[in-house]
Amino acid sequence: MADVLETKVAEPKEPVLAFGKKEKKLLTDPLSENNPITVQVLGICSALAVTSLVLPSFVISIAVIFVCAFSNLFTSLLRHYIPNQVRMIVQLVIIATLVSVVDYVLKAFSYEVWKQLSVFIGLIVTNCIIMGRLEAFALANKPWKSFLDGVGNGLGYGLILIGVAVIRELFGKGTLFAGSPIEMSIIGPSASYWINTAAESGIGTWFSWYANNNLFVLPPAAMFIIAIFIWIHRTWRPHLVDVS
Amino acid sequence: MHSNSYIIRFVLILTTVVALLLSVIYFALKDKAAVNEAIFNKRGIIAAVNDYLPAPVSEMSDEDVAQLFETDIEQKVLDMSGNLVDSLMAEDVDLAQERKKPESERLLPLYVYTAEGQKYYIMSVRGNGLWDAIWGAVAVKSDFSTVVGASFDHAQETPGLGAEIKDNPTFSERFKNKQIVNDGDYTSVQVVKGSVKNPSFQVDGISGATVTCNGVSEMLDRGIGYYLPYFNKIRS
Repeated sequence: MADVLETKVAEPKEPVLAFGKKEKKLLTDPLSENNPITVQVLGICSALAVTSLVLPSFVISIAVIFVCAFSNLFTSLLRHYIPNQVRMIVQLVIIATLVSVVDYVLKAFSYEVWKQLSVFIGLIVTNCIIMGRLEAFALANKPWKSFLDGVGNGLGYGLILIGVAVIRELFGKGTLFAGSPIEMSIIGPSASYWINTAAESGIGTWFSWYANNNLFVLPPAAMFIIAIFIWIHRTWRPHLVDVS
Repeated sequence: MHSNSYIIRFVLILTTVVALLLSVIYFALKDKAAVNEAIFNKRGIIAAVNDYLPAPVSEMSDEDVAQLFETDIEQKVLDMSGNLVDSLMAEDVDLAQERKKPESERLLPLYVYTAEGQKYYIMSVRGNGLWDAIWGAVAVKSDFSTVVGASFDHAQETPGLGAEIKDNPTFSERFKNKQIVNDGDYTSVQVVKGSVKNPSFQVDGISGATVTCNGVSEMLDRGIGYYLPYFNKIRS
């Protein structure tokens, strides 16, 4: 008897902000199984453009997580009211508004980073990941889930972006996080680097042949690196080969 | 399917809400952004006299920078024949706008920094890099020839190549102690590729960034040249 009663009471409505298995999957799926860059192959353009240094990649990732999460949230809240004929334009208005907010806030609170990113902030509007998630997810799901989906996809995008940027900055400039308070000089021809390739003694002598590779600084390098990421990812997860 | 009137109403309401929201945020943050921008530009200017500042620019707080401009820096505006224009402050002159005027009508900002009784003259220059504008500040001693420092910035040079004029601190270091005048003849400072033959007037370029470096040479030659009439006036 007691069992029957309990199931009846527990059944009806799940709380609005539940965080169960399904919700966790929304966050973790885009990191690997449904990664926006390596599996859905979206947002490649910005991944090529901003990844020459880690710091701007990091800031762009944060901005994309913010824009993706909140545009998903707002689109989902409005999903029953958005007229189907103009839904894409409505989505664009929502995305563009959020991007403008990011732009104003960065300009007011972190002017130097804003200066460095300049045009790329505006280009978040055209980031296919965001519009893709609105179309594919937010229009058909509840706000909380859509929000989590946005965060997850932003994270998945950021993960790849920072991975690419670390490789490009390290081999292109010999530094990591250049321009930020935690700037690290890893390898280069002076004593300010951890591995000093011009040194007379110590570990640096093993790397005396080393020179920064300017190719890594240029956008084509990101294309090779992303392609290699996709290759590795699909070797590790063969069932993704025919997904996209 | 929604009716046309519903769509129009929906879009009107949405755009009104969004426009209101954005204008509120914009105006709330506008002043803060303007202050940031002014300080950012000021840092670029005093970076040219970095060695003579109370502390390196990178370690100065925004308040320190503003304070330094209040107490130790005199702002002057010159016309192209070297006369002072009294009604203006140097920070009001936007070189990007000046470049659009005919050459003879342009105004020049000049910052005079005084430290320990010595005067340093900071000139602003602007030119073209590979992709877009480049600009910088060059400071000379009161002999109007010895360069004490320079700083450069750019709109969108290639990171790691042309952008090194700003990102690589050793590039602007190379300009120190160069001469812009040789026996009374104006030479400017050239950025050269390969070997520096005349170390008094030439600095080593950045490999892979030839066009940007040529842009820097041209910018310095022309930009510093504009200030010569004024310097000659003071000297005589």
